[in-house]
Amino acid sequence: MWAFFHKLGSPKWFYGIAGRFMPWLLVSGLLLLGVGVVWGLAFAPQDYLQGNSYRIIFIHVPTAFLAQSVYVMMAAAGVITLVWRMKLADVFVKAVAPVGAVLTFLALFTGAVWGKPTWGTWWIWDARLTSMLILLFLYFGVIALGNAIADEKSAARAVAVLTLVGVVNIPIIKYSVEWWNTLHQPATFKLTEKPSMPAEMWVPLLLSVLGLYLIFGWLACLRMQTEILHRERRARWVRELVNV
Amino acid sequence: MLKLPRLTPRQEALPILPACWAVLRRDLLSSIRRRQELFNPLIFFVMVVALFPLGVSPEAEFLRDAGAGILWVAALLSTLLSLDHLFRHDFEEGVLEQLLLQPQPLYLLVLTKVLGHWLVTGLPLIIMAPLLGVMVHLDGNSIAYLCLTLLLGTPVLSFIGAIGAALTLGLRSAGILLSLLIIPLYIPVLIFGTGTVMAADEGLAIGSYLALLGALLVLALTCAPFATAAALRISVSNS
Repeated sequence: MWAFFHKLGSPKWFYGIAGRFMPWLLVSGLLLLGVGVVWGLAFAPQDYLQGNSYRIIFIHVPTAFLAQSVYVMMAAAGVITLVWRMKLADVFVKAVAPVGAVLTFLALFTGAVWGKPTWGTWWIWDARLTSMLILLFLYFGVIALGNAIADEKSAARAVAVLTLVGVVNIPIIKYSVEWWNTLHQPATFKLTEKPSMPAEMWVPLLLSVLGLYLIFGWLACLRMQTEILHRERRARWVRELVNV
Repeated sequence: MLKLPRLTPRQEALPILPACWAVLRRDLLSSIRRRQELFNPLIFFVMVVALFPLGVSPEAEFLRDAGAGILWVAALLSTLLSLDHLFRHDFEEGVLEQLLLQPQPLYLLVLTKVLGHWLVTGLPLIIMAPLLGVMVHLDGNSIAYLCLTLLLGTPVLSFIGAIGAALTLGLRSAGILLSLLIIPLYIPVLIFGTGTVMAADEGLAIGSYLALLGALLVLALTCAPFATAAALRISVSNS
């Protein structure tokens, strides 16, 4: 167990192991996401209230879900950076912050597309929407701070502090629909309760969420590999790898 | 002959309260002596408020509806403007390094510094607010609630802002980066601050709003100095 953690601290070891996992992540992710989205968009039953327009849920919910959990993962990695000074945690934060920003943007965008037919407006200053917008700004802040500090180690620790401060926003996003009576509907999924919609609807949704997680895993590995190559560009193993 | 101060190892460490008092006194004195920096955020505050009647609408009705929000946004922006000085002078003059080396907990020293910052930036804003409130046609009740929310909210702005100021210390484009980092964290304070005044205007119960603002204040008071202290250590070790 401890040997595993020690190895995890080595960029070279991670580079190799990530390379081995990545094809599996990508193939299984694409498969799950493909099945989930096609099933959801083409075969799932219509919603009794929203008709066909609800089908964007199969894209909206996975992106929104992942946008928040990526931030939580970054905060966890921030703790690791501050406490154990593990290099890979910092590589992870740097690699996934732009991915998180894109996911948040996609969640906001698909939400706007969904909002037009159901609420009659593209945007409204509802609690859930506003807190998601704040999340987007937080991602921008993390990226900007990371780029502004030249020294790699201080940048990593400063970004870690900032992500930890910003994590206050996550419970606000999560509970905004319950604390405030707003337009946005409450959570579609809860781990602790039986879903309120029929299985033909929630199974494809679950599949696309899992699929997107796997694809995110693949993308994170890919971006981390690139970052590792860049950081270790003077190390011998990178030179040998590139010269082959 | 120059009289050199005695070095720390031979000096007894000050107890915590006198140490905090020394930090506070020094900060207040130095901001009073930099008079221009003291007044600039206030002038900025008045000018931002004046932009709204000129730029949007001078109608009394609009101003009455939007007044609390306008004053809150202006207060937020002028706090943001003043934050850059919070640690910068100390950082450039080497005072900050001395502060980090002190035997007293950095948490308390940072807390004191932020308190000093609030006394010279937040408090004057609150004192100015009734005057500007009259200028945007707020009635007496709304002005009272506005001042109350500012009293609870502006310390939160200072505390959160201190984290950003500490993180961006010594960076070249610190000002704009600071706004980028801090504004998202300011949004909840703004929402509850203006929400209180609007709810009071409509005759709704405002207890929950005030409780939330108070909770934000307590959270900022207890957690923000930790983050600021950590950020200061990072920034100073970086330079």
